[in-house]
Amino acid sequence: MASLTVTDEQVRATAAKVIQPAWVRVMHWVNALAMILMILSGWQIYNASPLFGFSFPREYTLGGWLGGGLLWHFAAMWLLMINGLAYLVTGFVTGRFRKKLFPITPSGVLHDVRAALTFKLGHDDLTVYNYVQRLLYAGIILVGVLIVLTGLGMWKPVQLHWLVMLFGDYPTARYIHFFCMAAICAFLVVHVLLALLVPKSLRAMIIGR
Amino acid sequence: MAKRSFLIPGVDKRLLIKDSIKTMPDVTRRRFIAGGASLGALTLLTGCDVVDSSSAENMLAQISKFNDAVQAFIFNPDALAPTFPESAITKPFPFNAYYDLDDAPDVSAADWKLEVRGLVDNKKSWTLDELYKLPQVSQITRHICVEGWSAIGSWTGTPLRDFLKLIGADTRAKYVWFQCADKDGYNSPLDMRSALHPQTQMTFKYANEILPRAYGFPMKIRVPTKLGFKNPKYVVSMEVTNDYKGGYWEDQGYNSFSGS
Repeated sequence: MASLTVTDEQVRATAAKVIQPAWVRVMHWVNALAMILMILSGWQIYNASPLFGFSFPREYTLGGWLGGGLLWHFAAMWLLMINGLAYLVTGFVTGRFRKKLFPITPSGVLHDVRAALTFKLGHDDLTVYNYVQRLLYAGIILVGVLIVLTGLGMWKPVQLHWLVMLFGDYPTARYIHFFCMAAICAFLVVHVLLALLVPKSLRAMIIGR
Repeated sequence: MAKRSFLIPGVDKRLLIKDSIKTMPDVTRRRFIAGGASLGALTLLTGCDVVDSSSAENMLAQISKFNDAVQAFIFNPDALAPTFPESAITKPFPFNAYYDLDDAPDVSAADWKLEVRGLVDNKKSWTLDELYKLPQVSQITRHICVEGWSAIGSWTGTPLRDFLKLIGADTRAKYVWFQCADKDGYNSPLDMRSALHPQTQMTFKYANEILPRAYGFPMKIRVPTKLGFKNPKYVVSMEVTNDYKGGYWEDQGYNSFSGS
């Protein structure tokens, strides 16, 4: 764990540098709120007709009943989509994606996974993402795109018929939508855990430095 | 597939509708608040109670109205719902309602008449025999429930737009409002553009057999461009109107347009 703790010297060394620009921070937290609203209301909707042999506990659902869950879901979707779209455009236009997330090489990922599993993966320089971070961040962006596209397809299976066809059919889009949610939840657990283990990364996402 | 009943014991439907005219109905509010108690996590995260307040309800109702407008805007009257081969039909096709099949309306064919009201030239009522004489078409489409499940079925009947033309309906009116024989008086408004969609049908047969009681005998309105709850069964009257008269589920908070 020693390599994961932050010393004051390290903090001072990076203090002058803006790690997360304001647009990243704003969009990150807007996205966090939108995601939580979408997941909790999505669980409510799932419970109306479960795909698998389980339901989500009522305490962790939003809206009180199916109708309420749907209202939340189709309200928060605008927040998620507009913010997500702005993030993608800004990420490409500013070159942030290219600079921060690429390249992702298999050897680099293997090396950093091994380092992470043996607690040797350092976070000294928060401006550079290691290969595990790059893979997860790029991956979760793709999952985010996929969950929005399957969601849109299910919302408008006639008007956006081509979108549903892209995934096979309506029920398949529904399963993909569910598994994307599961992937996002898994990401969320790891992401939050690591942010708490490396508090300066959390601080950078709040105040930028 | 879970067939959940959302019938709320002890809630008077008429009072519900009355309340809903102003804002979201009592039952929804109560359920929101009931759900609010379980949303400690969200309250913690946002630092404010976003659920247990009428402002949240108002906001959601406003966004739902906005979503109605968005859906009406992207609705393409020429976009057809996908059709399927007979081999794709879901068997058995599910019965789904907010009551058990035993409590489904048992309509007597001899006594039943379709009442026509509102902005139409000819307000004569129609017997089942008269309706059966109208030209019919068949279609195999996917029924998508608001709950998320879906099933493919075969429906035969008269395109609603042909019937609207026949009775001299004012197709510039905003809605066709259907009333049903279901207990608690099921009803649902259908926007005129969806009513005039080529696949919207007054359905008299399921799988080439007279519509069984489970699927809405004697007449169902099949709208493959809408969610299932906007496909009323056991229809007893239709009214062409410019007024938004609400609907059984719409009044409780389901999005009113609910287009596919």
